[in-house]
Amino acid sequence: MVSILDNPAEAVAGIPDGATVMIGGFGTAGQPVELIDALIASGATDLTVVNNNAGNGDVGLAALIRAGRVRKIVCSFPRQRDSWHFDQKYRAGEIELELVPQGNLAERIRAAGAGIGAFYTPTGYGTSLADGKETREVDGHHYVLEYPLRADYALVKAHRADELGNLVYRKTARNFGPIMAAAATTTIVQAEEVVPVGALDPEIIVTPCIYVDRIVRVPAPARAPEPVGAGQ
Amino acid sequence: MTGVTRRGLSTDELAARVAGDVPRGAFVNLGIGLPTRISNHLSPDSGVMLHTENGMLGMGPEAQGDIVDLDLINAGKVPVTELPGASYFHHADSFAMMRGGHLDVCVLGAYQVSARGDLANWHTGRSDDIPAVGGAMDLAIGAKQTFVMMNLLSRDGAPKLVPECTYPLTGVGCVSRVYTDLAVFVIEDEGVAVRELFDCTFDELMRLLEVPLLDRTREGDR
Repeated sequence: MVSILDNPAEAVAGIPDGATVMIGGFGTAGQPVELIDALIASGATDLTVVNNNAGNGDVGLAALIRAGRVRKIVCSFPRQRDSWHFDQKYRAGEIELELVPQGNLAERIRAAGAGIGAFYTPTGYGTSLADGKETREVDGHHYVLEYPLRADYALVKAHRADELGNLVYRKTARNFGPIMAAAATTTIVQAEEVVPVGALDPEIIVTPCIYVDRIVRVPAPARAPEPVGAGQ
Repeated sequence: MTGVTRRGLSTDELAARVAGDVPRGAFVNLGIGLPTRISNHLSPDSGVMLHTENGMLGMGPEAQGDIVDLDLINAGKVPVTELPGASYFHHADSFAMMRGGHLDVCVLGAYQVSARGDLANWHTGRSDDIPAVGGAMDLAIGAKQTFVMMNLLSRDGAPKLVPECTYPLTGVGCVSRVYTDLAVFVIEDEGVAVRELFDCTFDELMRLLEVPLLDRTREGDR
């Protein structure tokens, strides 16, 4: 049963030190900035964070990294022109990086939510990112064995939620939201609007409520500044 | 450029040349950097539909001014627009679309391409560089055809079409064609075939590259 909470602080309450936290977003699109701010204020530290990037500018995930709360980040594209807080921590040896090709990152998250034990993927075969991993040849093609990526918590930004926790997203801000919502034990959502049950057309619901545990309404979410030619 | 008069195609001429080989109605992913310019040379009636890895088909031109919407960006995180018939999907679907061979063509930039079609375009391998791979490895191996668009020589004059890549690999044997300012190459089972030359002779190319070349410039077929 979903809880509808009054503010982001209540929504992230109970995330312990050492937790693995998936944070939605591709760059700034879909990044749940208010939930991240509340996570910083909660004091939780020693976190493992899963995101596509490693923070843009000075807000959201970048601020969490700057505050020294992230022990390890699992991502595909950390280095960007505006990833200075990550860059500084990385060069100082203060943050661990697990670099994962973007499609493998997405599929590992999807696999966790879908109960898949492991999967063979062609991506990365023959490259340094597959060093030491099991491989297999099937029908003349080469594959690398990859394992699911689970989390204790997922922080996700949606456009609209209903009071049961069904979600719809907006444009390319959808990105990792649906798969992270399914891959975490506890999924926490900030939505611009929370509407009554029945107000969302069942045909257009992207994330069914079964994956959602907590919702907080954030009507005019802050945005990290527009990134500057930030790369993939 | 080292002060010598430029020869061969300009970047925009090269982009137009690649665009001419994109089939009508194809589903296409253009990598960030140089390949993005190809979209300027695809005519609206070509029916080409652009895919962006962050979860969209039917991507339109870059957004300017009042229509900028920060929920609508491309893989380079630049605000873009949507065309009629566009669709959105999550990241696992977007990469399944790619890996599953549903895209007809992907065009990528490169540090190096080997004579066997190995691609190196994600990491210089320098120890002080922070590595970042993004979707490069998925794109390289996913589409039905992977084209590379690059200058044939690096800024310091080293050939980028090489017998073996010395930079870390992005994908093995994945490149089918290489479009450069001086020539168009097709990676075939028998070797690297030169299909077109720009301000350059086949003999000059043979001297420039350490890769054995097949002269297919007189065969009109592409």
